[in-house]
Amino acid sequence: MIQYAAIVIFVLGLYGILVNRNVIKMIVSLNVMEIGLNLFIISIGFIYDGIAPIITSTEAAGALIYVDPLPQALVLTAIVIGVGTTALALAVAKSIHRVHGTFDLNEVGDLQ
Amino acid sequence: MKLKNLLALLVTLLLALAIILTLNNNTLFPAFGDVDLADRVSGQYLDSAQIDEIGAANIVTAIVVGFRGFDTLGEVTVLFISSLGVALLFGASRKQKRLDADFSPNFMLRVGSRVLFGVILTVGLYIILHGHLTPGGGFPGGTMIASAILLLYLADDQFRAKIKGFKILESASGSLYVVIGLLGLVLATYFLQNFLPAGTVGNLLSAGIFPILYILIGLKVGSEISGIIDNFLTEEDAK
Amino acid sequence: MTAFDILSLILGVMMVVIVFVAIHAKKMISAVLFLSLVSMLAVVAFVMLKAPDVAITEAVIGSGLVTSLFVFTLLATRKEGVK
Repeated sequence: MIQYAAIVIFVLGLYGILVNRNVIKMIVSLNVMEIGLNLFIISIGFIYDGIAPIITSTEAAGALIYVDPLPQALVLTAIVIGVGTTALALAVAKSIHRVHGTFDLNEVGDLQ
Repeated sequence: MKLKNLLALLVTLLLALAIILTLNNNTLFPAFGDVDLADRVSGQYLDSAQIDEIGAANIVTAIVVGFRGFDTLGEVTVLFISSLGVALLFGASRKQKRLDADFSPNFMLRVGSRVLFGVILTVGLYIILHGHLTPGGGFPGGTMIASAILLLYLADDQFRAKIKGFKILESASGSLYVVIGLLGLVLATYFLQNFLPAGTVGNLLSAGIFPILYILIGLKVGSEISGIIDNFLTEEDAK
Repeated sequence: MTAFDILSLILGVMMVVIVFVAIHAKKMISAVLFLSLVSMLAVVAFVMLKAPDVAITEAVIGSGLVTSLFVFTLLATRKEGVK
């Protein structure tokens, strides 16, 4: 069920990028796409009745069922890269506003 | 509705339908929650012998800094490039002053933030240092340190952190990461190999070079994001 | 339907509705606030999927940093007279 919700969030974010004309709302839609994608990647590694991948007792590690730790490691990196991308995109949006005076991409026109 | 909106809706609906139909096909994709870990690479990572040999209690840390340490080096590079891009787009002139917004902070904000700054900084340092024992690690700890600096910026109208010190700290941490990797190449077999002893699982001084690498990553991420916040909140001093 | 299924259904529906409102919001600041709300619900979903590292990272980044970067951009451009 979480997987279907993650796919719908990702697709709604894509729709937001295609439809909006305001730069700030495009960046918000990009962040929404990233949230949906991260949810989907982590839901791939889930096992029912598994525990979080941290060793907390001194039993043999083969007796406990751990949730898959590899997608979590990949998403950890992806979230921090998303912050870097958003910061750079907001810097570009601020420069657009300083040069053209508006955030609306239909009024910006061609490259001058 | 305009034609562009209708086309966008059609394309996204088709994409969602294609992905959901592929999800239900159990031969290409395992069902939700019914995964056999022995079929995947993680089965080798979770082997008992590997865990005792690596020595970290947090298996995600062992993957991020140990098994896939080179990908973390790439991620550190991407953050550095984005911080460089923000600094290039903003800080052109030499003299900079704080952004002139037309509100001034409250008395309670100014006093309360002094207390909260110490608490947030301590929690961030704790999460960085215990990255191989409890959930967390270098990345959330570094961003907590940046949040503490953000609190100081919000509480005072004329505050500017020492950006020169942050830039030196960031460059030094990034270079030390590569230097430790090269030390692994010299003293042992391959780049970024764990050349310190593993110790017992659960102690603070266990798992070889993982605490050292995570401290470096935490300091680097914290100072980078502080630099980004400072670039967003200053403007040219038009005197 | 176990408790896990019911909770994931409620979370999924709430997140989809708030994302829909965030994309069609009239003002820019409303879209930013709804994005912060989706981030918080995603943290709850990450804890349910037994991923504590990712939950801590998303909580710190989604609530503090991304929202404040958006607000600082809107603040700097507001004083030049555009909403």
